[in-house]
Amino acid sequence: MKILPPVSIEARRLLPSRWDLLAAVMVLGFIVAFADVSRFLVHPLSSITGHDLYLDPANLPGYALRTALRMLIAMGVSLGFTFTYATWAAKSPRAGNLLVPLLDILQSVPILSFLSVTIVWFLSLSPGRIFGAELACVFTIFTGQAWNMAFSFYQSLRTVPPELEEAGRMFGLGAWARFWRIEAPFAMPPLIWNMMMSMSGGWFFVTISEAISVGKTNIALPGIGSWIAVAIAQKNLPAIFEAIFAMLVVILIYDQLLFRPLIAWADRFRIDDEQSEEQPQSWVLTMLRRSNLVDVMTAPFDAMMRWSYQLRPASFGLRAATREYDSRIANLLWYAILAMLGAFGAWRIYEFAHANLTWGDLGTAMGLGVITLVRVVVLIALASVIWTPIGIYVGLRPGLTRWVQPVAQFLAAFPANILFPLAVSVIVIWGLNPDIWLSPLMVLGTQWYILFNVIAGASAMPKELRDASDNLGVSGWLWWRKVALPSVFPYYVTGAITASGGSWNASIVAEVASWGSRTLHAHGLGAYIADAVSVGDFRRVVLGTAVMSFFVVVVNRILWRPLYWYAERKFRLT
Amino acid sequence: MANTNLLEVSHVRRTFPRGQGEELLVLDDVNLTLKQGEIVGLLGRSGSGKSTLLRLIAGLSKPQGGNLSYMGAPIEGPAQGVAMVFQGFALFPWLSVLENVQLGLEALGLPQKEIRARALAAIDLIGLDGYESAYPRELSGGMRQRVGFARAVVVHPNILLMDEPFSALDVLTAENLRTDLIELWGNGKLPIKGIILVTHNIEEAVLMCDRVLLFSSNPGRVSSEIKIDLPQPRDRTSPQFEHYVDQIYVEMTARRVERLREQQARANAGIEMPLVHVSPNQIAGLIEALAAAPYDGKADLPDIAYEQELEVDELFPVAEAMQLLRLAEIEGGDIRLTHMGKRFADADLNERKEIFSRALIGNVPLATHIRRVLDERASHSAPKTRFLDELEDHMAEDAAEDSLKTVVSWARFGELFSYDDDAALFSLENPT
Repeated sequence: MKILPPVSIEARRLLPSRWDLLAAVMVLGFIVAFADVSRFLVHPLSSITGHDLYLDPANLPGYALRTALRMLIAMGVSLGFTFTYATWAAKSPRAGNLLVPLLDILQSVPILSFLSVTIVWFLSLSPGRIFGAELACVFTIFTGQAWNMAFSFYQSLRTVPPELEEAGRMFGLGAWARFWRIEAPFAMPPLIWNMMMSMSGGWFFVTISEAISVGKTNIALPGIGSWIAVAIAQKNLPAIFEAIFAMLVVILIYDQLLFRPLIAWADRFRIDDEQSEEQPQSWVLTMLRRSNLVDVMTAPFDAMMRWSYQLRPASFGLRAATREYDSRIANLLWYAILAMLGAFGAWRIYEFAHANLTWGDLGTAMGLGVITLVRVVVLIALASVIWTPIGIYVGLRPGLTRWVQPVAQFLAAFPANILFPLAVSVIVIWGLNPDIWLSPLMVLGTQWYILFNVIAGASAMPKELRDASDNLGVSGWLWWRKVALPSVFPYYVTGAITASGGSWNASIVAEVASWGSRTLHAHGLGAYIADAVSVGDFRRVVLGTAVMSFFVVVVNRILWRPLYWYAERKFRLT
Repeated sequence: MANTNLLEVSHVRRTFPRGQGEELLVLDDVNLTLKQGEIVGLLGRSGSGKSTLLRLIAGLSKPQGGNLSYMGAPIEGPAQGVAMVFQGFALFPWLSVLENVQLGLEALGLPQKEIRARALAAIDLIGLDGYESAYPRELSGGMRQRVGFARAVVVHPNILLMDEPFSALDVLTAENLRTDLIELWGNGKLPIKGIILVTHNIEEAVLMCDRVLLFSSNPGRVSSEIKIDLPQPRDRTSPQFEHYVDQIYVEMTARRVERLREQQARANAGIEMPLVHVSPNQIAGLIEALAAAPYDGKADLPDIAYEQELEVDELFPVAEAMQLLRLAEIEGGDIRLTHMGKRFADADLNERKEIFSRALIGNVPLATHIRRVLDERASHSAPKTRFLDELEDHMAEDAAEDSLKTVVSWARFGELFSYDDDAALFSLENPT
């Protein structure tokens, strides 16, 4: 299975198009609008906690369950978003023009920014009750999960083999039936991989999303994330270990009950020729398949789906997409709406910036952005130097791969906050410079994507090529230079793109670390946004977010996207 | 003279681990010598271990027993002077033609100037002039394999190993490449002392080789050796050429058919007879071809293989399955439809299913056994593991899986019983 990076790589052009600009204006405009509203909304209860959080191990299973459920709900919402948004973007060229750049911008916005500007609005939905906070939490997890899933689905839909599509048409399948019988199954294996990635991302930010702290609003929803936050505030080391253990258990359960069965089930949808040397197995799936009860229970649903395949909604699918250009009025209306949205966004941004920001503010934020950029570049380079050779070594040994993969998967889910005690203590005791020594926390969760992808690349290396290089006696540095590194290069690029994007997002939890009353700050854009959020300064939140998006998108466009296409052209084994 | 032997392989044995401490014997007691100036062909069906033997000679893997020596020294890893040409070309897509050819020389640590000169000479010799800076993806299959040859030849190997080098090419390109190679070899222009060619194409072996070793499978052994005493270039249409082709066909079929008969004749022939996977459509296809003119029920195996554009690899399993089901009889190099086979050819689809079903019940003990178990059970269903475990008492895990897969595919055609892969369940009902 080919994994694509979670950014738009379709267009090969370097310069931003009008659509990119429109998307940027719209996202920023909405953030500004929300931030403005938040400032004027009367703060409801400044502090809601369902009940006080006690670090009593007896509470931990209950907390773990709540965290697990929130993630499941967010995953459900993300799937719903993926199926609609990505499908719309793929099927309608008119909408796709905007939706894809929009997704590109959205995935560059740090999740803390989404949370900070929407929390007040969510709380106002049910004043004084915990429900609004729960919504906000699920929404935050959603903003960390949805974008890469949508990208994956969109990219799959765009690459459905035309002969499958044509066969579907010839047998008279309507667009709805084609979607469920052809397109969704085809997109399933990469989507499931991305769901697993999203789940890890959810864990990484579990503290931020549960222990919400925006300005005067302080909420600790019962869950593992809040547990960690409280444990850090109380300097309670045993509690930290308990949280790690609980996390491990929940991740294992998710793996066994959700992802293993999904992977084993989706194996039938792979249409690439490379044989999976081992068919993925899952006891849960086997149980479900053999169970008559499940058959009986799902039968009505099956029947309903089968019946629904006869429906042919006119507004859905490719035929509708080709027809839409015929209608001049619809076009006119569409562009008018976009122009209005763009103008509205631009006006809001202008007004906001005019009233609140000076050029000096922008200079500060850009300067901090450069510092964080240097950090990301150095750390990704370091992680590459370390993990590429290890990944190649592991990938060429199937026995080793089998147990390294799940371990790395768990490590990718490891929240940065859990390492705060260690990081803060070491830095304080040895009097180290936080600007340097807090940085590794940024790649704590993201470096594994380099490892995953390099392992995948090395294990996909054809046996004949390995034999050929052995036969020619290629060894040592020559082997790394001419054989090993080139063969994993396309995979590495995908991993590095994922890791780099994730590291920007992670800078928010990595550049500020606290343990008990000790809080360490590094200089950087992540700390800038995190600080602004914690004092409720929406002015700086908006500015910081805009600058971070700018950096992420620009780096993607001028570095990663060309590199991706270079790798595809020159190094892909076909 | 013994010391002119480039390569000596004696009593070589190779097994592969197969889970739970079991081992699959792939090569057993294989002997082979390669003398100077010789092309030796290894001919056999896929799975007969000939590619495994080639990898052992190349030093890419190690035998569990026996000795391999190259120019008198034991082979203990990839030896300098043994070069290989691969079935799938094995070119590095990120290296240009020139860089691909140079790679082996760079590994030898030669000076840059010599590397370049030798690479260009090899490219010239193999007919790749003008393609030096092209990348493999820009070349056709034939040109790619020329790069494969150039890359092997450029290191001036004593032995050239070729692993089905023409089988990924279309017929015309393959023939073109074969003739070019034979011509270069005949002119003494190749800096090579001996060639080993692995193939499953009988005519290719007769066309190119001085000696052909026939491999039998399970486990792989050299069953016989045939010397091809024809001057190069050889003419495919000459009677002597056809004689050699026929002789090899007869050799290859006779031994296998004999073994099959033995198995069938054994009084307690039971479920332990492994089944090789052949689809009912292939069987039906061959029966129809046999029944039609000009064969009218009886054909020379080489003839019908040629007519049907089937390789030995593809033809033999089908013919053997027909023999097993008693739809045809194999004798010498001939295949003849039985009474049942002729009826099958004339029947419509439903009658065919019935004939097939009866052939299964009568001749395939595993099918009979599964059907009986299903009939006896109240639920008329049984899990796959029920039979898999039983089979594994008699054969390796892989063979057991294969046999079950085969019997399922046959039973589905004959509508003898059905199988649900999701639930891994055999049953008598047809899915609703």
